[in-house]
Amino acid sequence: MRVIVFVKATEDSEAGTPPATEMLEAMGKFNEALASAGILVAADGLKPSSHAKRIAFDGPGRTVIDGPFAETRELVAGFWIWDVKDMDEAVAWVKRCPNPMPGPSEIEIRPLYEMTDFEETLTPEVTEIYDRTREKLGGA
Amino acid sequence: MTAGETHQAIEAIFRIERARLIAALVRVVRDVDRAEELAQDALVVALAEWPRSGVPANPGAWLTTVGKRRAIDAIRRDRMRERKHEAMARESDGASAPIAESAEAFMNDDSGDEMLALIFTACHPVLSAEARAALTLRIIGGLTTDEIARAFLSTETTIAQRIVRAKKAIAKAGLSFETPRGSERAARLPSVLEVIYLIFNEGYAATAGDDLVRPSLCLEAQRLGRMLAALAPDDAEVLGLLALMEIQASRLAARTGPDGALVPLPEQNRARWDGLLIRRGLEALERAETLGGDGPYALQAALAACHARARTAAETDWPRIAALYDQLRAVAPSPVVDLNRAVAHSMAFGPEAGLQLLDAIAEANALRRYAPLPAARGDFLFRAGRRTEARAEFEAAAELTGNAREAAFLLARAEACG
Repeated sequence: MRVIVFVKATEDSEAGTPPATEMLEAMGKFNEALASAGILVAADGLKPSSHAKRIAFDGPGRTVIDGPFAETRELVAGFWIWDVKDMDEAVAWVKRCPNPMPGPSEIEIRPLYEMTDFEETLTPEVTEIYDRTREKLGGA
Repeated sequence: MTAGETHQAIEAIFRIERARLIAALVRVVRDVDRAEELAQDALVVALAEWPRSGVPANPGAWLTTVGKRRAIDAIRRDRMRERKHEAMARESDGASAPIAESAEAFMNDDSGDEMLALIFTACHPVLSAEARAALTLRIIGGLTTDEIARAFLSTETTIAQRIVRAKKAIAKAGLSFETPRGSERAARLPSVLEVIYLIFNEGYAATAGDDLVRPSLCLEAQRLGRMLAALAPDDAEVLGLLALMEIQASRLAARTGPDGALVPLPEQNRARWDGLLIRRGLEALERAETLGGDGPYALQAALAACHARARTAAETDWPRIAALYDQLRAVAPSPVVDLNRAVAHSMAFGPEAGLQLLDAIAEANALRRYAPLPAARGDFLFRAGRRTEARAEFEAAAELTGNAREAAFLLARAEACG
């Protein structure tokens, strides 16, 4: 199964404080271990929300809101995508991750939907629309 | 770490560590079966201790230390019992005296080399490809014999026996359990890659609706391929195989229709291809090509990439595919490659070019009863406007195929020739 693992933001990440050398080294080793175990699919860090924009929807209305955003603990500072056998394996891996932040922090694991999760709820017509949309988005 | 870890959490940790643990232990005991047993013993100890003490900061090193201690204890007991084992025990004592240090070394990344050595051992050419696949899935992938049996549509007894025999063959061959270097490594790498690709293809051949263990073999193989690419990052063919598997796997969701029938590549809904896997595949291919990759896997990956890069079937770069098949034919000649090459040439340079190449294959006779051969000829003739001849070829192909769905498809094509 594929999971996305979110490193949640903290005051430090939102301030754009560069990570300490020791943390970078420890994280590098952790990433190496993920790769050697064959589970690492993708990884990236995100800039603070001061670089972000949000688009709020309300009926036909669209309002663009510039960052930074207030609810720091709900923001994301980075992510991995892993291929793991189950959530237990993902949890075991996250536990051995170095603390990504200087202070207390959180990491959240979210399983991705797989094709089979949709098959029961989507009619062929809806699936087709969905596929067409993705095709326009460029697929790859 | 907190105490009170559940058995489930400990078992998840063990699954992560198991292969590396076996890899470290096999260096001490020089026996795959014994190393596997010792790894299991270490888990039993962890299950007893960790719920009380909490998970150690470095669970892998902890498990290895426990496993090695047990190995040495057993060797000492043997020595007391049987004097003829004295020499062996002395050897082991020497190798294992500083247990704490070996645990340190384990963390300081000897483990990569040990893992690689274990993969090379499990994929040793003294074993048949099937035995290699079963053993690799067992000791590297951590699958149970039951899972392996279901994956290979076999019985648990058969697989269990296959694994036992493989372990015995390894013991009998007196392997070094070291990572081969230089020319020996180059000579043995193909048997490793072959096994990983065999596992992948077992999964790829399984269609939707089957036991889910089979398609998950693809993931298992991708995992092995990624692992190998991390352990041997400078090998073009390792990266080539990884690229090939990632790109092929990107099409898994698109290759079966709602009725379970296979959808041929040109008709697949490309929006369903997994963009993330394509990107990973193209990246791995790029690295393989930077390393000068022109081996069979890198070339097959390059072929797969031509399709992956085309946003629609019509945008496929057929001249490039034809050129790649020319190259592939030189490094990995086979009648099937020749046939695919003829198809590529027909798409790139017209049906006559394809027909010429097919004549050469027909003379060689290897594909005499192979349905895709007349099917391809039928297609080329049809496109060349030679409908009557095309019809006969499609009918011949329909007769040769053992697959009812394919036969119906071919007869429909014959019908369309008028």
